[in-house]
This record gives sequence, structure tokens and C-alpha cells, in this order.
Amino acid sequence: MPWLTTIGALPLVGAAAVWLLPSRSARPARVTALVASLITLLATLAMAYRFDTDTAGTHQFTEQHRWIAEFGVNYAVGIDGLGLVMIVLSALLVPICLLAGWNQVEGSSARHYFGLILVLETFMIGVFAARDLFLFYVLFEAMLIPVYFLIGLFGGAQRRYAAVKFLLYSLLGGLVMLVAVIYLYVEGPGGPDGFLISELTGLEFSSELTGRLLFCAFFFAFAIKAPMWPVHTWLPDAAAQAPPGVAVLLVGVLDKVGTFGMLTLCLPLFPEASRWATPVVLALAVVSVLYGGLLAIGQVDLLRMIAYTSVSHFGFIVIGVFAMTSSAQSGAALYMLNHGFSTGALFLVAGMLIARRGSARIADYGGLQRSTPLLAGTFLLAGLSSLALPGLSSFISEFLVLVGTYGRYPGVAVVAAGGMVLAALYILLTYQRMFTGPVKDFASGWRDMNLREGLVMAPLIAVIVALGFFPKPVLDVLNPVADRTLQQVSMTDPAPTAAGEESTTEGTQP
Amino acid sequence: MTALPSTLVAGTPDAVSLAASGAVQERAWLLVALPLAGAAILLLGGRRLNRWGHWLAVALSWSAFAWGVLLFWSLRGQAPDDRSRSLHLFTWVPAGNFQLDAGLLLDPLSVAFVLMVTFVASLIHVYSVAYMEHDPDRRRFFAYMNLFVASMLLLVLADSYVLLYVGWEGVGLASYLLIGFWNHNPDYAAAAKKAFIANRVGDLGLTIAIMIMFATFGTVTYSGVLSGLDGASEGTLTAIGLMLLLGACGKSAQFPLQSWLGDAMAGPTPVSALIHAATMVTAGVYLVVRSGPIYESAPTAQLLVVIVGAVTLVFGAIVGCAKDDIKKALAASTMSQIGYMMLAAGLGPVGYIFAIFHLLTHGFFKAGMFLGAGSVMHGMNDSVDLRGFGRLNGVMKVTWLTFAAGWLAILGVPPFSGFFSKDKIIETAFATGDGARPWLVGSVALVGAGLTAFYMSRMFFLTFHGRKRWPEDAHPHESPLLMTVPMVILAVGSVALGGFLAFDHTFLNWLEPATGTAHEEDPVLAAIVIQGATLALVAAGIALAWARYWRAEVPATAPAGNPLTVAARNDLYQDQVNEVLLMQSGQYLTRSLVFVDNRGVDGLVRGSAAAVGGLAGRLRRWQTGFVRSYATSMTAGVIAVVLGVVAVRI
Repeated sequence: MPWLTTIGALPLVGAAAVWLLPSRSARPARVTALVASLITLLATLAMAYRFDTDTAGTHQFTEQHRWIAEFGVNYAVGIDGLGLVMIVLSALLVPICLLAGWNQVEGSSARHYFGLILVLETFMIGVFAARDLFLFYVLFEAMLIPVYFLIGLFGGAQRRYAAVKFLLYSLLGGLVMLVAVIYLYVEGPGGPDGFLISELTGLEFSSELTGRLLFCAFFFAFAIKAPMWPVHTWLPDAAAQAPPGVAVLLVGVLDKVGTFGMLTLCLPLFPEASRWATPVVLALAVVSVLYGGLLAIGQVDLLRMIAYTSVSHFGFIVIGVFAMTSSAQSGAALYMLNHGFSTGALFLVAGMLIARRGSARIADYGGLQRSTPLLAGTFLLAGLSSLALPGLSSFISEFLVLVGTYGRYPGVAVVAAGGMVLAALYILLTYQRMFTGPVKDFASGWRDMNLREGLVMAPLIAVIVALGFFPKPVLDVLNPVADRTLQQVSMTDPAPTAAGEESTTEGTQP
Repeated sequence: MTALPSTLVAGTPDAVSLAASGAVQERAWLLVALPLAGAAILLLGGRRLNRWGHWLAVALSWSAFAWGVLLFWSLRGQAPDDRSRSLHLFTWVPAGNFQLDAGLLLDPLSVAFVLMVTFVASLIHVYSVAYMEHDPDRRRFFAYMNLFVASMLLLVLADSYVLLYVGWEGVGLASYLLIGFWNHNPDYAAAAKKAFIANRVGDLGLTIAIMIMFATFGTVTYSGVLSGLDGASEGTLTAIGLMLLLGACGKSAQFPLQSWLGDAMAGPTPVSALIHAATMVTAGVYLVVRSGPIYESAPTAQLLVVIVGAVTLVFGAIVGCAKDDIKKALAASTMSQIGYMMLAAGLGPVGYIFAIFHLLTHGFFKAGMFLGAGSVMHGMNDSVDLRGFGRLNGVMKVTWLTFAAGWLAILGVPPFSGFFSKDKIIETAFATGDGARPWLVGSVALVGAGLTAFYMSRMFFLTFHGRKRWPEDAHPHESPLLMTVPMVILAVGSVALGGFLAFDHTFLNWLEPATGTAHEEDPVLAAIVIQGATLALVAAGIALAWARYWRAEVPATAPAGNPLTVAARNDLYQDQVNEVLLMQSGQYLTRSLVFVDNRGVDGLVRGSAAAVGGLAGRLRRWQTGFVRSYATSMTAGVIAVVLGVVAVRI
């Protein structure tokens, strides 16, 4: 059974159904979209169940069909452990976001809102599954279209500016990458399979400079997407203007394509250049960690604040990818998943608050812990996950990145660890401003979290807590990917410096 | 002194009790799970639990204590050298070269903590039932209290630095939630945040220490790290030691991260008693003692532990002399007493034992005095102003007597508990090191004893003796039994625990297998001289306080005072220093970065985009046609792609 094609096509079918509905009211569109996304989720979970953990480092569920033979393009898909995790993340977040945006759009344009989100889901699943570089590129660019329209049509007051800015940045990165994609094809073996990623891995480039330039082009596109300092400035605008559900998919999943690309394309395709570029990349990533944290502290707008925390978190992920140790890379891959949940939860609670207050200004809130304790508690829990509180999921990933990095780049790890303190500041300052203090008049008639909102938050909270205590199932499918990637870049883990000490198994007394 | 105890093994255990003790030990995770379940049930259960939820929390806390007793008994049945057991729970973080299992370490040190924490916590749970009776959020309060107990037990039972870290942050979270329990008061909310941030700075140290450990030893379990010390350089171990100390300073409110503890008194008084006096704030001492072998191999770091302890000891004592807020005075005293423990923890294996000994007795008498303070507040309309009390001994007899027991214990008057623990620390300080060091450290500890006597007597006399200075609307009365019974039990501990544990070296023998054999050196002065000097200073402190705060008239408002008094009232300007050094510069940095990000980084990118194609500028005009602007940018994109492809082909 072609699992990946099926799972990728399901949302598209759902989108078609949404648009073809005879009724012009919002309700059938919502229900259809939710059902389609739930079926997709079930199919994804079934696929995950059939995934062979022991060979998580190799691609499974592969399919390959000729697409444009004379140009070497195939429809080739397949997933390793990381691809699986990212697809599960997408399939899980989409129904949650649909439910969160249930009353976002009324009337006949609801069809467009829900249809576009389903189209976006197809592209997201596709981009994580693509095993043909050209296919990857096409989906990488195609993702922009639904997001552009979702922000531009359904966003906040400055939605058009934000949508255009988002598009310009992304196109710029995409175009630079496209040139590199085509050049890479020319450098590669060519033929009818010339764009297959497997064919392009381990190439001998005509010159060292060629490899490095190609790396830079790919990295530039992924850095914009990730988003890294200094090409991050589109994100706060886009995230603040997008509807909350779209912001979750944008920051939680779409941006991960950047770090996903670094880990699964930059490193394997250009190992020499990756090692060459590591110092600069790490420097940029450390700046992202601290800069994003400081900027988050200084924001007056709740959504922009959350967007800047993501700049900081993506800095951690990039550090983990380029530290080139197995624990740091596993941590980075796990971070991609955890960040989707914790930041997603933050955006969604923010959306619930904004829907009540009609403002995203942090200063417009206050004293909400008394009037709406459930919303306050959920915000705090999501925030604690964002600041990587031990016991919650993000801690494991952030900790692995830091610990794994220290062995090779102690300075980077120590400086980046400063991001921990900044994280405590931006979360707790915001909580203090919005939720503590005397009860304000504006909140007197507020209802606390309703059933629909509870259904939106419950799965996220459950995952955040569960993965904090028991991350093993996810790490088991991510570890082989990290091992394979390290092999591809010809790096090995640094050995413990204390002489004669092996990496011991735990739990034994001397 | 170093002889191994042989009398503790009471007969040969038969197969049944062996099996039973094994079962008790294997289920030690229940200690954490029971209160954790309580917290979850109370938080998720909603309003329907309001009527009896607090009793569930009380029951779960006591059941954790009961399990602790069984655990203690089962360990006691084993030979002293076998009283350490690592309990594997599950594979926690398997990630490449980093492999870590969740596991518990049952040994004399952790079990001593378990007993103290669960016992004091359970008493305070009972006390809180009455103290929080009229609070609409009592259920939430008890959920947080149970969360605290679970985290604290995880902290002391963990067998690796990372699992300890989970408990470490868990207690920090509970502390944050409980300090800010009445966060509709903005000052209280700020105090809660301040505590978390100061602790986070300490956590940075703990994180870095763990990073160095993993890079050095390839493992982060106690057993793995402490058994591999020989392979590491002294520089590395010093770095680990200093970073661990930073973590300990945050959690235990030691200099220079002490500033949060005074503000933390914003929490309900039972919280101050449990978290900010008896248990959580002593976690830093636990960390240093647990990591003892690291400090023994890194003398510089060990010396710094002593210095931090000595500075904090004096700092807290000076601040305690000037505070008119009964809770803040007690908080300063806590800081100072933990300074004693920290100092002792820097004195090697003998010091570890007395550090933990003092930690246990302090847990009793300080918790007792905090509960006493809560009882006074309960009777005085929640006033904390010492200048508004006086002569409460008549109307609050139980509170007065139990507080008196704590007061005599902290003074170190024989035969009260503190005498056995604190005097030993002073003696050990006089006995450790070469040259001037024992004289210097010993003198600081000695002077601290005098200061302690002064400020504690001041507090005691101002509250219970002298003249009535009550506000007109005050009708002081004794607290209900639910509150006084825990106070009485803690007072019994304040009186007798020290003597009981010191008798026949019981505690020393119990702890030695875990902390290493203690070689007691002879102090530079004869022990009898030190004891005499200590008692003389204590007597002087009491006398001075008696003259000024019992016999003399005490003004209702604080007199201007000399510069030192003013400084002490202002916590030696700790907040002002932090304000100038950290907050103002931080705010300036943040603001300027926000400005730069909007104008600079973003502007640069926008500017270059405009320069390349004039696209940004034109798009702004075309924004009226939304779909058109998309079409335009796509067209531009396609043209660029074609050009790019052609360029490659050429």
C-alpha cells in the first residue's frame, strides 16, 4: 500500500470536498475539514505503527515513479525516523488548529480557510516525505501559496503587509536554493534519476568551492525558513498577523522545514562544506538564541513575543544540528517536535485570550489568574514547557542539545545556556503582566475555557507532559537518523576526557 | 569516632522480612508517586473536591512518610556497608552517546532526608488545613503543597544529577506557585518571579556542571561521576564544583543569589515554614554534600563553599538584627543558618555530617518557629510587625512555649537540639585547615552564634514579652488544635532531636557509609574553650536583647538608627545592587535591541530588497490588489528562476 501518497492525498481530497460542498454556510466546511484531518491522523498513526524502529535510519514506505524523465525528475517519497516524526507532528497539529479556528471565519469564505489549511497539510506531509530534490523544492515553494493566502485573507489588521513580506523573504530563499538545486543536478550523475537525493548524496564536486557555494545557497534558504538571525524579521510580522491556528502551523511545522533541510540535506549532501561552515553557523545560532530571547523580553505584543521565543528556540535546534554529536543531533530532532507542541500551545492560548479581549497587547491584560484560572494555568504550563522546565518535554531536547554540544564546542554550549535565563524572564514576565495582579473590570463577564478550547489544549498538554517523562519512543526513531547523519559527515562523538572511563551504563553502584 | 557500628543490625533478619524489605525498597518510587498523584487529582478534579481535597493531600503526605519509615527500617536491617541501593526505574533519555536511566538511590543520606521532609511536610499539611480554612483556593494550595513534596522527594532520591535537576526545578516551580499564591497582590507576584529568576541563574550553574560532567566522564549518575574522579584534572573538578556551588547558592539563598528569600515571605506562612525554611532551601547543602568527593578533589572550590557559607552566615545575621517583620527576620535567620550548613559542607566528611545534622534539627526548630509566627499572625489579624506585638505569652501559651523551644534550640543552649549540631559546626570550623584559616573561619562561626542569639532573642522578646503594643483592633487568641498540635510536635523535636541523634554517635554512624569516613581533627582551641566562648557570646546576645527589647520601652515606629542598621533594614542594599547591575543594564540592552531590530536588521533587509528590484516599494502601492501582488511576485519569481536556469546552462 502506498502509505505516504495516501496520507498526503487524504487532506487534498478533504479540501476538494470542502470546496465542492453545495452549502455556502460555514458549518459543513468545518466538519468536513475536521473529519478529513482526523482520518489523515488515523492513517498517519497506522503508518507510524507499521514503521520499523530498528531500521529508522533508512527510508521506509518508499515509492518511486517517473515524473519528468528527460529532466531526471521522479515522484519519489520515503521517510526515515525524522520524517516520520515530522509527519506525525503535522497530522496531529492540523485537527487541533482546525478546532482552534472553528469560529475564526464565518459565512461562505469559511470554505477557503478550511480548504487552504488542508491543502497546506498535503504540502507539509509531502515536503517531509520527498526523496527527490526537485519534488522537495516544488513542495517547499508550494507551501508558501496557502500560507500566503491564509495570512493575507484571514489575518489581522496588517495582514497584507505581513503576507507580502513573508512571501518575499521565502521566495528570495527559494530562488537561491533553486539555482543550487539545478546546479547540483548538473554536478551529479544526471540521467532519469538525476534528482533523487540518494543519487546526489556523497558527490565529488568539481571543486571545493562549488560544494561550499551550493551549501551556502541551501543554507540561506533554510536559514530564512528556520528563521535565524539576521533573516528572522519576517516571522514576528507573519506570526502576529496570522490567525492563531495558522501561526501554529507556520511556526510549529513550516519553519521546521528549515532545520529539517539542514539536517537531512545540507549535512548529507555537502559534508565537507558543512564542516567548513560550522563555526559561522554556530555563531549565528548562538546570536539567534540570545537575540531572540532578549527581543522576546522587550515585546509589547503577545504574538510577537511568542514569535521571538521561537527565534531563540530555533537557534538551539541549529546548534544541535551543527554540533555534530549524536546526542546533540538527536536532541535537535526531538526539539523540532517538542517546539511544535509548546509553541503551538502558547499560540493557541494566546488566540483564546485575544478572541476574548480583542487585543494582543500584553499591557491590555492583567489579573486573569483569578477570573479565568484554566486559561491562566494552561498558559503557564505551555510557557513552562517553552522555558524547558525539567519534567516537561522541551527540557529533554534543550538539555540534549546543550550537553551534546559541550563536548565539542564548550564555549557555544555555555553561552547558549544563557538562553535558559532569558526564557524564564520572557515567560514569567509575561505571565506576571497578564495573569497576576488585581482582577480587572474587562474580564468580569469572561467565560473560562470552554469544551472546544479544552479539546484543543488537552492533547498538547498531554503530549508535553508525557514526552517529558518518557521520550524514549521518539528518541528510538530519531537516534538512528542522527547516527546516519554523523556517518555521512564523517564525524564521531568526542570521547569522555577522563582517562579509562568508558561510557558506562547507568544504575549500577561502584 | 570512626568505629563502624555493629549494634545496629538487630538480629539476623529472616527470609520473610528480607523479602518484605526488598518489596519496600523496590517500590520506593511510591514516595514520589503518591504526593504527585495527589497534586494531579486536586488540580484536575475541579471544584467538587473543594470539600475534602485537602484531607486527601494530608493523607497522601502522611502515607509518603509511612513509606519512608518502612524504607528506613528496611535499610536499617542491612549491614551498614550494604545500605546503599540503586533502583532502576526505566530508560529515560536514550540519545546517541548520552544514555540515562531514571533511577533512585536509597542510602542513609537520602533516607534521612526522606524522613525529615515527609514528617515536617505532613505536620505542616495538617497545620495548613486550619490556617487556609477561609481561603477560597485552598484546594489549589494543597495541590501545590503535594507537588512540592513529590518534587522534593525526587530531588533527594534521584540517582543522577539530571533526575535531581527535575526535582530541583519541581520544588522551584512549587515555590514559585506558592510564593505567588496570593498573586492578586502585584508585589507578591513580583516576589514569585524574582525567586524563580534567581533560581534560574543558579540552575544555569547546575546545567553547566552537568555538561562538564558528561564531557568528562561520559555519564551523569552519582556513581559514574564520583567513581571516575581520578581520571579528571583538578581544573575540571574545580569548574564542576564552582558551577554546582552556583546552583546551590540559587536554591539555598546563599550569597550572591540570596536576594529572593526575604521577598519569598509573600507566600502563606506554612509555605515559608516548609519550603523556605525546613526543606527546599536546604537542597543546596544536600547537593554539595552529595558531591562531596568532587570538592575533596578540588580544594579551591571547597574553600569557596566555606567562604560563601561564612559570608552568608554573617549577612543573614546582620539583616536579621534589623528586621521588624517577623517573617522576614526569620527568613534572614534561615539564610544565616544555611550559611552555617554550607560552611560545614565545605569542611570535608566531618563537616558533611554536621551540616546534615544541623539541617535536620534546623528543619524542626525553624519550621516550628515559622508555624509559631503563623499562629501569632492568625491571632493578630495577619500583622507581621514585631513592634505591634509584645506580651503575647499570656494569651497564646502554646505558641509561646513552642516558640521558646525553637528559640533555645537555634541559640544552641544545651541540651536543646541546636546545641548538638551548631556547636559541632563551630568546633569543626576551628579544626579544619592550616595556618590562619581555622582561626578565621572558626571566629566567623563563633561571632555568628552571638549575633544569632541577639536577633532571635530580640524577636522572641518583642513578640511574647515586654509591654503590650497591640493595635486597637487586635484580639489575640490561641490557635485551634489543628495548628497547635503540629507546633507541639515540632517543639518536641526542637528540644530532643539533637540529643537523641547525637547520643552514642547514632547519626554519625548512620550517615558515615554515605558521606565517607569522618576523621575528626583536634581544633586549634580546646573544645571546652570553644563551647565556653560560644555560650558566653550567646548569653551576651540574650542579655543585650533583654535590655533593649524586654526591659526598655520599644517605640512603635522604628527609630532612625545608625547607617549599619539602615543598611541591614534594606537587606544590605542587595536589591539596589541588582537593580543597577542587572536590571537597568538589561532593560537598556533589551530596549535598544528592539529598536535596532525594527529599524536596523529589518530595515537593512527591506532596504536591500528595495535596492535589488524596487520590489518592496512598488508592492506597497499594489497592496490594494492583494491577489495581484501575489501574481506579480510569482511572475518575478518565475523570471528569476528561468534566468537562473539559463545562467547555469550557459
